[in-house]
This record gives sequence, structure tokens and C-alpha cells, in this order.
Amino acid sequence: MTDGKGHILGPEQIRQLLAHVARTLPRELTCDECLEELDRFAEMTLAGRPAEEALPLVAQHLAICRDCREEFEALLRALQVFLEGENEAAS
Amino acid sequence: MTIPHADEAWLSALQASGPQQTEALVMLRALLLRGLEYALGDRADRGLLEDAVQEALVKILKHLDTFQGRSRFLTWAQKIAVREALTLMRRRAWKDVSLEDLHPAGVEDATPSVLFDMGRNPERQATQKDLMTLVMRLIQEELTPKQRRALMAIAVYGMPLEEVARRMNTNRNALYKLLHDARRRLKARLEAMGLSPGEVLGVFQEPHGPR
Repeated sequence: MTDGKGHILGPEQIRQLLAHVARTLPRELTCDECLEELDRFAEMTLAGRPAEEALPLVAQHLAICRDCREEFEALLRALQVFLEGENEAAS
Repeated sequence: MTIPHADEAWLSALQASGPQQTEALVMLRALLLRGLEYALGDRADRGLLEDAVQEALVKILKHLDTFQGRSRFLTWAQKIAVREALTLMRRRAWKDVSLEDLHPAGVEDATPSVLFDMGRNPERQATQKDLMTLVMRLIQEELTPKQRRALMAIAVYGMPLEEVARRMNTNRNALYKLLHDARRRLKARLEAMGLSPGEVLGVFQEPHGPR
């Protein structure tokens, strides 16, 4: 499927667009609003607490925004260094 | 909100002047760099990560009074460093690419059948093809040229939002809002046609079976 300029949208991209359309809300966070809550969201996630329930708009933004999701995943990994350090210190 | 003792120590040291602040900065720099290397060391060189930490430290010092203790200080600081690092990485990765450089993959009017697996459920293929045609038509009808341009750059070519935004003389948040508006328009059109986006999505979601 091409648009007027010949860019090709394949089935996977249409699927992803539809998934995002299905999750679209009247009001969503911007990327900076999401970033504002990302530290809290990350800590809850690492602690096994229901971050998606506590911060549903953050969860929704992360489901749609690839760049914020990349930042979130990098933050989770970066924090694991400190957690490992704490575990070592405790033992 | 009560700020834990350890975080209080960070805040007072960083707000101090002289050796106390310097020592805290040295320690914080090392910790943030270690976190970035663990998270992004496979995709970014140390020089870039050091630059990111430096940028982050400036922002952290500037915005110390906005730290509210809703997470630990190091989490908050690491978050700022991660954002800086990814911004630099994206800029570097895309620096030589303009929006005009994003060429369509090939033939002006690629035949849809090329994009589908052969030998799968032909009824489902027909429905997918119809819906793809519909979605493309809605994109043409509902989205502004700016929205289409941004959507193609991001969805087809994988350009990061902030990279597209800069090339379109806007910022990441404004671009996100632009695309949010585009999604709302598509959603409204589908629903006006009696199609829930979830239902339409279901047609595309059959998992790959054995061949």
C-alpha cells in the first residue's frame, strides 16, 4: 500500500498503527509529561508493583511512543546496576 | 513527602559549594556513567556517554529543587542521564539523513500481494487487503500533509520523534500531539463507519501458523 508519494506501508505497519489507534485516548501525556513520571514508574516496575494501575497514562504513552519506551527500558537496565550493588552490599 | 536520609545527603551536598559539592558531583558522575554503560554500552561509545552524563549533571544541578522524593534521587538522576544519552545517540545516528532522503522502498505502486505471505488463509488475505486499502484511504483523507509526513518518517523509516521534530521545525511534544490528533481522526472515522479499531486490528493479528 503506498501513499501518494510512494512510501510503502506494509501490513505490519498498518497493524501497529491500528493498535495505536485502538489505544488512543482523548487526552494523552506528552513525552515530557511521561518523562516526568518515568522514575516513579520504573521503580514500581522493578519492585513488582502494579505501575500500570497506578500510572495508567504513563503505561498508555509507553505503549504508543517508541522513543519513550526505549528510554524506559534503558532506565530499567541502568537501575539494575544499583540494585545488584545493593544486593551485594546486603549479603 | 519525606525524602530519605540518603537522598537528603545528596541534595545538601550538591547544593553546597566547594569541595563538598565537587565530591558529590564526582561520585554522581561515576554512578550515572556506570548506569549508562550497563544500559547502553553496547550501542554507544564511552565518549558519547560521558558527554551525556555531563549534560545531565548540568540539568540535575539546575533542577535540584524540582526533585520531590517520589522516587530515589539516583533514579531521578539516572532518568535524566538516560534521556540525554538517547538524545545524543539519536542525533548521531540520524545526522546525515534529511526527510527528503527517506526514499520509498521501490516501485511506485507495489502490488499488495507482494507484501503478504503466500499460501495462508486467502479469505483473511482478502480482508486484510481491503482493510489496508481502507486505512490508506483514511490516511489520505483525514490527515494533514504534515501529519502524513511525520507518520511516514516515524512508522516506515523508524526516525525518532525528536529527529523528525527538529527537521519539521517543531519539538517532540508538539509532534507527539500532532500524531495524537492524527490517531484521533482515524479512530473517529473508523467508528463513524461502524468499525471499532479493535475489530479491524483483529483481522491483522492472526499469529503465524506452521507452514
